[in-house]
Amino acid sequence: MSSETKQILTTDGIPLEVSLKKAEKKNKIKAFLLVAPLLFFLIITYVFPIGDMLFRSVDDKMVTQMLPKTFKAMENWDGQELPDEEVFAAFHEDFIKLVEDKREGKLSTQLNYTKNGFKSIIKKLRRASKKFEEGNYKEQIMSVHKRWADVEYWRAIQRRAPEFTSQKYLKGMDMYVNEEGKIVSVEEDRRIHRVLWLRTLEIAFFVTVFCFLMAYPIAHLLATLPMKYSNLLMICVLLPFWTSLLVRTASWMILLQQQGIVNDFFVGIGLVADDNRPEMMYNKTGSYVAMTQILLPFMVLPLYSVMKTISPSLMRAGKSLGGTPFVAFWKVYFPLTIPGIGAGCLLVFILAIGYYITPALVGGASGTLISNQIAFHMKSTLDWSFASAMGLMLLSGVLVIYWLYNKLVGIDNIKLG
Amino acid sequence: MALKKDFVKFDKVDKSYDGKVLVVKDLQLDIEEGEFVTMLGPSGSGKTTCLMMLAGFETPTNGEIYLDGKAISSIPPHKRGIGMVFQNYALFPHMTVYENLAFPLRVRKIPKDEADKKIDKALSMVSLQGFASRMPGQLSGGQQQRVAVARSLVFDPQLVLMDEPLGALDKNLRESMQYEIKHIHENIGVTVVYVTHDQSEALTMSNRIAVFNDGKVQQLSSPDELYEKPVNSFVAEFIGENNTFVGEVSDISGGKCKVKIANTDILANPISVKGKGEKTKISLRPERALINPSDQMDNIHSGKIEEVIYHGDHTRVRINLLGNNQFILKVPNSSANLDIKLGKDIKIGWNSEDARALDPS
Repeated sequence: MSSETKQILTTDGIPLEVSLKKAEKKNKIKAFLLVAPLLFFLIITYVFPIGDMLFRSVDDKMVTQMLPKTFKAMENWDGQELPDEEVFAAFHEDFIKLVEDKREGKLSTQLNYTKNGFKSIIKKLRRASKKFEEGNYKEQIMSVHKRWADVEYWRAIQRRAPEFTSQKYLKGMDMYVNEEGKIVSVEEDRRIHRVLWLRTLEIAFFVTVFCFLMAYPIAHLLATLPMKYSNLLMICVLLPFWTSLLVRTASWMILLQQQGIVNDFFVGIGLVADDNRPEMMYNKTGSYVAMTQILLPFMVLPLYSVMKTISPSLMRAGKSLGGTPFVAFWKVYFPLTIPGIGAGCLLVFILAIGYYITPALVGGASGTLISNQIAFHMKSTLDWSFASAMGLMLLSGVLVIYWLYNKLVGIDNIKLG
Repeated sequence: MALKKDFVKFDKVDKSYDGKVLVVKDLQLDIEEGEFVTMLGPSGSGKTTCLMMLAGFETPTNGEIYLDGKAISSIPPHKRGIGMVFQNYALFPHMTVYENLAFPLRVRKIPKDEADKKIDKALSMVSLQGFASRMPGQLSGGQQQRVAVARSLVFDPQLVLMDEPLGALDKNLRESMQYEIKHIHENIGVTVVYVTHDQSEALTMSNRIAVFNDGKVQQLSSPDELYEKPVNSFVAEFIGENNTFVGEVSDISGGKCKVKIANTDILANPISVKGKGEKTKISLRPERALINPSDQMDNIHSGKIEEVIYHGDHTRVRINLLGNNQFILKVPNSSANLDIKLGKDIKIGWNSEDARALDPS
């Protein structure tokens, strides 16, 4: 005990701990400066955008800020009957200001997300509001269109009062908050996102399985062949890496289309009739084939790096101890490759789940993934907050898979190289 | 039961990997049942290839190998029932010691209680009781080696092959493991074929040693015979320390020959020389030459001490003798030999039968 409590001093009488800290401070600063550029790069390109996405996906301030007085007045409204004059007056005041700033169009778009039918009545209100007289705004606004006299529309406005919302996430799962404030699913024929999520999981899963089935023998060959052959094979595996993704996808289009090389070959050997060429592109098959080929190296490399470390004498030992070649493989070799299988599958699955360009080009309608939907909302509908919400759902899905993997296999069991 | 003389038989075995060079040439080797035979040789001499052919991981290019009278070239390794200890142990890293030992028993469908007994026995044989639940990675090199030995013996094979099993251990551990393996062999009487390039290991452990060089067995005999009576100059130089003189036979008669070296004749024991005028290399073990010899010795020459190296129990003395300045003497450190000084001229003598006149190469 005494040795623990007694302070050790250096020869100049300074406590050893203090001297040690002083001596190591310089090294710590140096080490920090070395990683600082990467740290800043990551913060700017990774932490900040994801934070921004998270914020955007729940941010609903726009309407809150456009109608501040209305929402203030609505605080006393119970939502059962039409609101009273106070609310209408506040709404009119907010609306006039928006018209002056020419922002009423944005309001109509936003409110239309919540309930269809706002676009036209806001346009009408803008025109009518120029002739409004002072006082009794309730009557005047209600007379513009019968929907303004419908309590449902006022409830819809009230639902936009909070600054944050989960509705984008609900929409991503084909759900919404109905008039009573309950979370319900949309009608069956309007559910598009659930199908996409399931299809994304399905395609990612099967692409992972196909990659594994094809990569395992290749990786084994790579690890066991003599150097001069394995180098050549390695180049073949890596060649796709050195070719542009677009070029590779485009070449699959040439190969797989109905008048393409593969179909010509099938017709040539009499496998299919000329007038009955199978569609291998613009559907799931196209996505499967092209994604498997493109993601194959991500499976081969971790497997190879693990197999390279397995001594060939282990298989020999298995055989010399009486195991048939299959038993030796299954009991000895295969269990040792599990870290590589885990790494490869995780890598391919995560890449496949967020794959975009290839399914967009060869997937057609039935082969597109959730990422294509995200891109669609980024580029076409400009509903960035919805795109962000779906992006984050994808990200959390990946994190869940990672967590599951850690529970089942153990993340320290992973080996990438 | 009489032990078979040719339990393992290599019959005119050739092996070539590339169709151009023979790694093993016309190998003829019989191994007796229960014997401990070591294949000793420099790297690339074909000894490991022979072992791999016996284990079934390589096939002979020509010739046949017989195990207990049966030709085995067409039998795959897992049906040969040969235990094997590998150079780097080759323990299965994802299995416990118990599972490693159970592997050969499980594939043979031996019932669990019987298997447990065998595993206990094998572990106690290598004094590793209580280690059954450890992973190989938690064991020291020596312990891993013992597990490997236990695993190769647990299914009671008739033959155990060991491929430089002690190469990765440090010197002290290697020596104690040598005795341990030797004792295990003596206790259970299994036939062992052992491959090593370490001659002291071979001399310590074996009943017989096959010295390999250039794909051929140079000599197959017991350790003492190998050391005392090497049949050619490769064996003489490969095993132990050796002083050599190169010269020409000037006379041969009555079981002795005269060899002319640097204008001096020395007497030697003609082993592979037949007549006058032949070139020869004389091999003489350092401990067979004495300083201040008695007069009975028929070779007495004088040389100059060039180097003295103290080795504790003995002193190595390098002498320039008959034009050979690498002549080594081992002098026991006793008070009688205190006058060994650098630069001094001393007389050295040996008996002619210890100077073996071998082939000149």
